[in-house]
Amino acid sequence: MMKTKKVGQNVNWPVTILLIIGCITIFFPLYMTVVIAFKQPSEMTNDIYGALALPASWSFANFAEAMRVTDFWHSLGNSAIITITVIVLAMLIHSIAGYAIGRNMASSKFYNFVYLYIVSGMFVPFAILMMPLVKQTAQMGIANMFGVIVLYTVFYMPINLMLYAGYLKNIPIALEEAARVDGASTWRTYWQVIYPIMKPMHATVAILTAMSTWNDVMTPLVIMSGTGKNTLPLAQLNFQTQFGTNYNLAFASYLLALLPILLFYIVCQKQILSGVVNGAVK
Amino acid sequence: MKKRKMTDRELTFLLITIPVVALFFCFNTLPLIKGFMYSFTNFKGYGDYDWVGLRNYKDLFGDSRVGKSYLFTFKYAVVGTIVVNVISLILALGLNGKIKGKNVLRGIYFIPNILGGLVIGYVFGFFFTYILSQMGKALGISFLSTSILSRTSTAWIGIVIVGAWQAIAMNTIIYISGLQTVPEDVYEAGSIDGATGWKSFKHLTFPLIIPFFSINMVLCMKNFLMVFDQIMALTKGGPSQSTESISYLIYQNGMSGGQFGFQSANAVVFFVVIVAISVFQMTASSKKEEQL
Repeated sequence: MMKTKKVGQNVNWPVTILLIIGCITIFFPLYMTVVIAFKQPSEMTNDIYGALALPASWSFANFAEAMRVTDFWHSLGNSAIITITVIVLAMLIHSIAGYAIGRNMASSKFYNFVYLYIVSGMFVPFAILMMPLVKQTAQMGIANMFGVIVLYTVFYMPINLMLYAGYLKNIPIALEEAARVDGASTWRTYWQVIYPIMKPMHATVAILTAMSTWNDVMTPLVIMSGTGKNTLPLAQLNFQTQFGTNYNLAFASYLLALLPILLFYIVCQKQILSGVVNGAVK
Repeated sequence: MKKRKMTDRELTFLLITIPVVALFFCFNTLPLIKGFMYSFTNFKGYGDYDWVGLRNYKDLFGDSRVGKSYLFTFKYAVVGTIVVNVISLILALGLNGKIKGKNVLRGIYFIPNILGGLVIGYVFGFFFTYILSQMGKALGISFLSTSILSRTSTAWIGIVIVGAWQAIAMNTIIYISGLQTVPEDVYEAGSIDGATGWKSFKHLTFPLIIPFFSINMVLCMKNFLMVFDQIMALTKGGPSQSTESISYLIYQNGMSGGQFGFQSANAVVFFVVIVAISVFQMTASSKKEEQL
């Protein structure tokens, strides 16, 4: 690797080839999911070939059945509603909190304390909040999707607050003062001047929040269990027993659960990668 | 006039901050305090309960199931963190080298991270149970000829593989962004002094990416300690409770096993452990950075 650095512009073919071979570890599980999802149980003979060979015919029957069994469209809809609402709330509430706290934490002990108080919430594992929250949401009558949305908004507050407050340090206060001289209130200045400037950070926050929300199992599992409603991952868990030994049906359902985020990734790959790096490194 | 405007500004800030803090307190700090209080009771999750003082904590240290779950979780987290960091550092070096199709390859290697842990767990569960055991039989490897998830001695390895498969994607991307901060002339200067290959990595590259190394260690360790989805999908804590993670045990026995109070005590201890490890890792790595 280092040697090619000296040589200069040459392509390092051995490393390229090794990396391409390594992609098998990524694609193999996905390939397995696809071929099993399309097959009929009768094709699953008891050897590797039976499981991994291409299906005799590419029929979508398994998918139709899986959608019916897992109530796919409702689960997908619930996941989408939760994720999109949480993203919107994060970009509104977390950003303005980041503004109010970030702008003052250098000069005010109070805001500095508030910042540390919320950010330290990052260390609180869900396991300790889980049981009291189940009781609390039930008492408040929000042991449902709304409650899950509220909880996510609170859980991602520490990391998002840190990101927004950190980003604000690079935005000169002179910008706001110019708006203030023109007679704009702090509130208006924020939405018209600061909020648009934080666009790159909104993208990072949206992507990080979306990925954690979309794939999360534990929160909806404990909070929404009484509602009979599912999110997409939760449906896989709850209908696991109904798949029985029909692995083809189960894999069709898994593939359906994986597809939305895979498609999203293919479309927004660049933004996702830079968002993830921004979020982790800052 | 100027003074009044400043108060307006301060008032706006305060009116934003107070509801946000109230919301955070209500759904983060309040349940934390409640969890702490429940840990001193014999609450089953329903009905009446009494205060039992420190009995839950005393029982916790004598409880073999809890002890086992801590051993498993730490074994899993330590092995997982090492495996993930070694592999992702190697991958990152490769993906940051002079290779063809760099962006496509980077995109492909990140895929595991975006997929949900539960569904991936189910897919790998099938692989371990049916495919890998058939391969083991075909190749005559007795170690693999039965499902690795069905034996207490090997089930944890399966969970490490699934956890690592997903975590490597994330850590690799962070290492790549670290490697990109190393200026090219460092290597040129190094190669004049005869530092190439492993030597150049050890003395030039690695010291420069230590901040990224510490981010990865902290992130990875924390995520692995909280493992839940993979356990739920692969083993449900079995065989014979050998793969019960702390989160899984708290969920399982606290929510439906009638141990609400006892598992609250477990959760409090778990919380303290997580904080202690995070603080230790961060002070250790910031010391290392200072030395450079």
